[in-house]
Amino acid sequence: MSTIPINPVLPFLRTDRMPTIWCPGCGIGTTVNCFARALLDSGVDLKHLAIVSGIGCTGRVAGYVKLDSFHTTHGRAIPFATGLKLANPKLNVVVYSGDGDLSAIGGNHLIHAARRNIDIKVICVNNLIYAMTGGQTAPTTPGHVITSTHPYGTFDPNFNLPHLVEAAGAVYVARWTTFHVRQIARSMAEVFKKPGFCFIEILSPCPTLYQRRNKMGDGLDTMKFYKEHSKIKNGVSTSEVGLTRNGDIIVGKFVDRDRSDYLTMAHDQFVEALGDRYVDECAAECCEEGI
Amino acid sequence: MAKGSVSIHVERCKACGFCVEFCPTKVLALSSAFNSKGYHPPQMVAPEKCSGCDLCGMYCPDFAIFGYRLNAADSANAPDKEATDAR
Repeated sequence: MSTIPINPVLPFLRTDRMPTIWCPGCGIGTTVNCFARALLDSGVDLKHLAIVSGIGCTGRVAGYVKLDSFHTTHGRAIPFATGLKLANPKLNVVVYSGDGDLSAIGGNHLIHAARRNIDIKVICVNNLIYAMTGGQTAPTTPGHVITSTHPYGTFDPNFNLPHLVEAAGAVYVARWTTFHVRQIARSMAEVFKKPGFCFIEILSPCPTLYQRRNKMGDGLDTMKFYKEHSKIKNGVSTSEVGLTRNGDIIVGKFVDRDRSDYLTMAHDQFVEALGDRYVDECAAECCEEGI
Repeated sequence: MAKGSVSIHVERCKACGFCVEFCPTKVLALSSAFNSKGYHPPQMVAPEKCSGCDLCGMYCPDFAIFGYRLNAADSANAPDKEATDAR
């Protein structure tokens, strides 16, 4: 009997903090699993990788990965990541956070980071609700859903996140559900090679607060729902991918385009304005030292 | 003959059932045994069907299971149950 290999994702995890706080049936752990596999497949230099999370269930990811990680204040994961990237342009910066943290509390930061095309990779785990605070309506909650703040059902229109970030200027926009594990891992590996603002939305079950209150079953039932109702449409216009309570979920890679990123634009502008007087200090000094 | 096997970390499992549901060859089922948190971890009910594709490992939200391929020599003596519970 040969020895059993160790779990390939274990080197990326702080196992002393396990088990995670995530509920049984929650999909956030699955996304972390895919992220670890994407790191394995893409061969990213872990010394030049930083994970930034905000607050919320998904915000806990920064604490569970054995990488350089930072758990920031609520909604401010993107500003922190922006600073990290500008101070050390060689760093691969990944923002790993939830829909409430990124699109509600940090909504302004999201659109402006996309507009500036800052070279950060945003992974947004969307469970359609504010999960950690008790299931209040989030900007991503679809209509006719019972939440703790809308006991008779939500009626306000929800955000279509891929459409929002594409309009703001993101260069890579994809959406998957936690059912599409291989596609998630492939998308995550792709964005490491893509310069600019990349956005991956991953729909995840919230069995405790979203599915239970709406009588949609548990996490496994939601995964089956994703399996049956997901339609892969790569390259489809993001204006058509809005989410509804029981309707089809359009998934796929929607946008993959090229635009100059923020640091390139800044560099070009300084060269144009200052000519020979401009010295790119960061490229000359900071990056040689690494992190 | 089994081409692969799975390794299950029983104590980390929360019995969400993702691995059982999405195993392509239906190797797994939730056992009747409890772990210390009171969940029913999965077990192999058809180990000979396992292809070692590691899809269970990708779905697991708690990093409690993963599949691996056996080489030809290993698959001759199929994995015993104690070995799969080791990690």
